[in-house]
Amino acid sequence: MLNRISRSNKFSLIFTPFLFLTQPTLAAWYDINMTKGVTTVSNEVFDLHMLIFWVCVVIGIVVFGVMFYSMFAHSKKRNPNSATFHENTKLEIVWTIVPFLILVLMAIPASNTLMNIYKDVEGDINIQVVGYQWKWQYKYLEDDIDFFSNLKTDWDEIYNKTPKGEFYLQEVDEPVVIPVGKKVRFLITANDVIHSWWMPDFAIKQDAIPGFINTAWTVVDKPGTYRGKCTELCGKNHAFMPVVVRVVSDEDYKEWVSNKKAEAYRMAELTEKNWTVEELETRGEGVYQKNCIACHQTNGQGIPGIFPPLAGSDMVLNNKAKNIEILMEGVQGTAMQSFANQLSEVDMAAVITYTRLAWGNADDGNGEIVVPKDIVEYKKPKA
Amino acid sequence: MSAVIESHEQDHHHGPPKGITRWLFTTNHKDIGTLYLWLSFAMFLIGGAMALVIRAELFAPGMQIVEPEFYNQMLTLHGLIMVFGAVMPAFVGLANWQVPMQVGAPDMALPRMNNLSFWILPFAFIVLLSSLFMEGGAPNFGWTFYAPLSTTYAPPSVTFFIFSIHIMGASSIMGSINVIVTIMNMRAPGMTLMKMPLFVWSWLITAYLLIAVMPVLAGAVTMMLMDIHFGTSFFNAAGGGDPVLFQHIFWFFGHPEVYIMILPAFGITSHIIETFSRKQLFGYTSMVWAMTSIAILSFVVWAHHMFTVGMPLAAELFFMWATMLIAVPTGVKVFNWITTMFKGSISYETPMLFAIAFVVLFTIGGFSGLMLAITPADFQYHDTYFVVAHFHYVLVPGSIFAIMAGVYFWIPKWTGNMYDERLGRLHFWLSFISVNITFFPQHWVGLAGMPRRYPDYALQFADWNMVSTVGAFMFGASQILFLFIVLKTLMGGKKATAEVWESSRGLEWTLESPPPYHTFTTPPKVN
Repeated sequence: MLNRISRSNKFSLIFTPFLFLTQPTLAAWYDINMTKGVTTVSNEVFDLHMLIFWVCVVIGIVVFGVMFYSMFAHSKKRNPNSATFHENTKLEIVWTIVPFLILVLMAIPASNTLMNIYKDVEGDINIQVVGYQWKWQYKYLEDDIDFFSNLKTDWDEIYNKTPKGEFYLQEVDEPVVIPVGKKVRFLITANDVIHSWWMPDFAIKQDAIPGFINTAWTVVDKPGTYRGKCTELCGKNHAFMPVVVRVVSDEDYKEWVSNKKAEAYRMAELTEKNWTVEELETRGEGVYQKNCIACHQTNGQGIPGIFPPLAGSDMVLNNKAKNIEILMEGVQGTAMQSFANQLSEVDMAAVITYTRLAWGNADDGNGEIVVPKDIVEYKKPKA
Repeated sequence: MSAVIESHEQDHHHGPPKGITRWLFTTNHKDIGTLYLWLSFAMFLIGGAMALVIRAELFAPGMQIVEPEFYNQMLTLHGLIMVFGAVMPAFVGLANWQVPMQVGAPDMALPRMNNLSFWILPFAFIVLLSSLFMEGGAPNFGWTFYAPLSTTYAPPSVTFFIFSIHIMGASSIMGSINVIVTIMNMRAPGMTLMKMPLFVWSWLITAYLLIAVMPVLAGAVTMMLMDIHFGTSFFNAAGGGDPVLFQHIFWFFGHPEVYIMILPAFGITSHIIETFSRKQLFGYTSMVWAMTSIAILSFVVWAHHMFTVGMPLAAELFFMWATMLIAVPTGVKVFNWITTMFKGSISYETPMLFAIAFVVLFTIGGFSGLMLAITPADFQYHDTYFVVAHFHYVLVPGSIFAIMAGVYFWIPKWTGNMYDERLGRLHFWLSFISVNITFFPQHWVGLAGMPRRYPDYALQFADWNMVSTVGAFMFGASQILFLFIVLKTLMGGKKATAEVWESSRGLEWTLESPPPYHTFTTPPKVN
């Protein structure tokens, strides 16, 4: 029987397990609360969050206060005879109207902030954000820059084979770069399934939906590197497609833009080069690691029933034309997307060559390789 | 109550048949109630085991125990099994046992359909769980199964998932027709609608919600089936379809569905609080109106689950305001419960402990719900662990605590034996403490930025995830104790009186414990 346990024991029974939760080392503020972020909007959102939080805390203290008082003062021991009242229309009206008024007072600032977010969506810089399984593509509409942003964290870190770095799962090979103080508009969509582009420091979370273009804008006044995530379940690597935005000064931004353009030009030159099989195979392995292993796996075996194997595949071994076509067009109705816009001609040729030679495929198949010119040829309008 | 005593004299007609056929062919509301409750408990353990796989993987950063594909299958099945297999059948089971006894009816109105609506359910779950062994694995797209992840990109087992959802829907629709017909036609003479026990009221409203929204769910999965197998493009943007349409349809079902999972809990809690406060429930009429308003509002708030899909400003404002309104009737209910306790003469048996924990923790879930209604703030909360914490607070210490409270409250009536009070209280304290250790820190990791449905996470979330996992395993273990307590009560124990509790109110307490196989064959008279 519980009455053998004294009352003070009862309380320690409830609260002792929580005591260690209050240790300062564990409970750093930023670990348990929303970020304030770095934009006007994100600060407004944070203030709203804290306002509604404190409103709830105060209501909670009053309501639970009455309840706990009653549990103590009106226990069977202290109050053997219960009262008989069971109705009070005035009281009912009061506790309907008062909460309603509190809600109206809450709704006013919330609606204002929402209207600010929806106001004036024209941007100085427009960036199209496209969600793919499992990476983000960024297209700078004014500057004709276009690149993919992949998780940089090594799979060995994820599978606990090497120690995890500071920005574990929050780092990408190529972050989005935007200038400080400019209004940047993001046009967000997706290529395959629904994703969601979340940047907590800007208080932007917009779903990326195939067939729709959602917009969101921000003005960031503080240079820095900001980290966000995909927040709509998009398949197996949902947790592994972070968002990283680097906010830089205007000059640095201009320099970055011209570097990106020069890089694109150098890529085009590489296409003209005569590649050896070894060069293609080495480059292809890198491309494969970055773009293909999520589904087809390091050993080329795929995942039975979902992602087909490349090792020993008849198509990979013997049908070079089909091989190119699948990478260029994707396969309708499956996770295999078109890589035509994701990979340069060189990378495309390299990765096909790699898959035709790796995992013993070189011995089983006809060993034909693909060179960048084959891809250029494929891209030419057909007569 | 002399009429009640008369009805007892007729129960020598026949007892239950023996053996397996008793359960297969039964049309008795008590037997079917028992079947529902056992199915629910079995599903609770299976769904709970899946939750523990999830929590075990999240114990530390990095992938340790399962692969991301399997993790996604676990979180999908965990959600589906808990919603459709644990919570809903438990409430139907309680309705089967209690509604006829509370309204003074001899049985449910449509007993053969009652048998059918139970016996198709195990097949639905066998079909759903068998998908784990299929090529490509079980459904892996979350219990909300958003297209096109659940259509174009789904594993082949999605067809079996659709079939099982259809069976569950048919079962729910039949079950709710039965509840409505029973309540509308079979109440004892003198029991007007406004004299009905609140559990009956809560189920009447729930049943109407079910009939309104289960066909919508059936429509959604049928459209998926067409997209997958028959070349339509309802949800396929490439074919001119609309992936957002899926979410509108799903949440038009989904939001009333979450109230389907809480309204009967309101009914149970009301009975328990008035019984153990030894004081008539405060504000019966306003309780009925509050539940009705909540049910009606549930049809106009669905898009608050979709604030980030890119709706126009007017829609965002409307759904924010409508959602905030729900706090008013919900508040009324909480105030009524507390005022019932006020100046009562309260004792703390296990059902009351669970009911009080329900009121407190459900209210905390209500507060986080109110925060989530604030659209701009939801842009930060949406799809993070804050949401996971919110709905687990209203579902676990909410719905599930109310179900357990109901079982402790009525099991002496059902079996004729008192449960072991000491073990019951132990079960309560273990569950209460562990449920908070599990879910409270999830508010914090959510606010700090951990998205839901992630098999792996950034290092700053590590500490609280570890705490949460420890809590989850404690909670899981505590439920084995619950099973033990129930079995022990079935085997024997202190004999229960007809009233069972000191201040019990309602027709079921006029019947002896356990009640005869057939009760109220002559309707009692209610003044």
